[in-house]
Amino acid sequence: MKNIAFIWKREVSAYFTSIVAYIVVTLFLLITGALFWLSYFQEINLLSMRSFFNQAPLFLAFFAPAITMGLIATEKREGTLELMMTMPVSDAQIVIGKFLAACTLLFVVFLTTLPYAFTLSGLGDLDWGATIAGYVGLMLLGSTYAAIGIMASSWTRDQVVSILVAFSLCFGLYIIDQVVGQPTGGTAVAVQYLSTNFHFQNIARGVLDVRDVVYYGSVIVVCLAVAQASIASRRW
Amino acid sequence: MAEKSIVVEGLAKNYGDFWALNGISFDVEPGQIVGFLGPNGAGKTTTMKILTCFMAAAKGKATVAGHDVYEDSEKVRQKIGYLPESVPLYGEMMVYDYLRFIAEIRGVPGAKRHDAIKRVVELTGLGPMVAKNIMELSKGYRQRVGLAQAIIHEPEVVILDEPTSGLDPNQIVEIRDLITEIGKEKTVIFSTHILQEVAAVCDRIIVIDHGEIIADGTVDELSARVAQSDSGLLVTAPSTRTVSSRLGGLPGVSAIEELKVVGDEALYRLDCRDADAARKAVFEIGNEIGVTEVKQHQPSLEDIFRALTSGTGELAATEPRAARPTKDYAPPADGDDGGEEE
Repeated sequence: MKNIAFIWKREVSAYFTSIVAYIVVTLFLLITGALFWLSYFQEINLLSMRSFFNQAPLFLAFFAPAITMGLIATEKREGTLELMMTMPVSDAQIVIGKFLAACTLLFVVFLTTLPYAFTLSGLGDLDWGATIAGYVGLMLLGSTYAAIGIMASSWTRDQVVSILVAFSLCFGLYIIDQVVGQPTGGTAVAVQYLSTNFHFQNIARGVLDVRDVVYYGSVIVVCLAVAQASIASRRW
Repeated sequence: MAEKSIVVEGLAKNYGDFWALNGISFDVEPGQIVGFLGPNGAGKTTTMKILTCFMAAAKGKATVAGHDVYEDSEKVRQKIGYLPESVPLYGEMMVYDYLRFIAEIRGVPGAKRHDAIKRVVELTGLGPMVAKNIMELSKGYRQRVGLAQAIIHEPEVVILDEPTSGLDPNQIVEIRDLITEIGKEKTVIFSTHILQEVAAVCDRIIVIDHGEIIADGTVDELSARVAQSDSGLLVTAPSTRTVSSRLGGLPGVSAIEELKVVGDEALYRLDCRDADAARKAVFEIGNEIGVTEVKQHQPSLEDIFRALTSGTGELAATEPRAARPTKDYAPPADGDDGGEEE
């Protein structure tokens, strides 16, 4: 437990001493902010964060892999992972520590978008329930993408490969329910269940359903387990 | 607790079809400084990676500080300090922060962390650098940071993979002194392909080549064996057939080889059955045939291997080695051990 905290601390400070965190925060704010306010003034009759929450999943599919791409790949390339693996830390602790650090950065990014909500609530009666649910959904979605990113990062020593693989997976899961035309019956259920966006929209509507949380949780667990196994495979 | 610090039995490791280690066995007493000597690709790094629980062996067993490296990996990892050849460090961290992070992960209790850092910083002479980013440090200082992280938790066993590679002569001497210092209290294993290095630092040398141990003994034992079998002379004389055949026919000389030609002179290497007799004979005919210089042949790593292996009656096995380009020591930047991970 302590080891996870030490690794988390190192990774978070690495984010904030390097330029990565600032670039990610700035770009995310610029892009989502611009799109949000542009579309907002076209539908001025609606006081809600929905349009922000609608596009966030798409951008997260890119931003989450961008912050996780180096977490394991760089350490593999530099050899620091080798050193880490000869220390009394388990592979799972390494992976979880890094995952939590990525989630922390995402959390900070989301915090910086809170002024949108406060601005809106100044203009009128904002539905805080739906807004908070939306943020919870964002956090769940972001964590899931971060877990996918860490898994991709554990497969390679090349950051570019890592981000491309992770982005493909995240984007695939985001778009899957939209590419399958008009699914019916079993296909519809399966496709919807796999789609990160489908679950996110459920939550963003203000309905925090256990099934959605279970979905995100299970994707996170599976991805982190795969990442752990792919690190540990060097010990066999 | 086992008495021995390290016990290795029949350790073997393959990378696909290539066997980097062919069943080596040795043990190390606590407090010894052991040098692993061998050319690149001999299996030194592979052995160390297994001892540090980074890789598993294909066959055999290894025990470090009384614990099995495979079964009891975590306990072993608590008791070792390791510096890989590439000196992997987190470049964006400050030296102090890095050492604190390592102390945390290595399980140094919170109250003692600062003292532990202070101790290793003093020992490694990192004082002026603690507030610098690691990526700004010179190679020599990086190496010291690497050593500092390997000993910060006072491990029982310290494993250093080519700790002096890529350093300048002054730095090499400093790092050697450091290793001697560390070795006063701990068991140290370090690898190198530089003979003088092991002679300067180690209590004991294990020579390893092609994944096998070909010699194991104290520095004196080893150099005695080498001195005994190495008795070559280097002779500079005119480069003509008569000269070379006369030199080759001298009493005590078993073979002659023309190493290089400079102008009309050549450098000959005489392999001697009897070095004293050969030297006298060279001087006797020296004026007549125009010998300008006679030197004792300095044994290269290559010669040492040849000497060592012929001593164990494995001369045949050394033949391919003679063709290998390790005459001068291979450049330090070379990756060791064909067995790069992945």
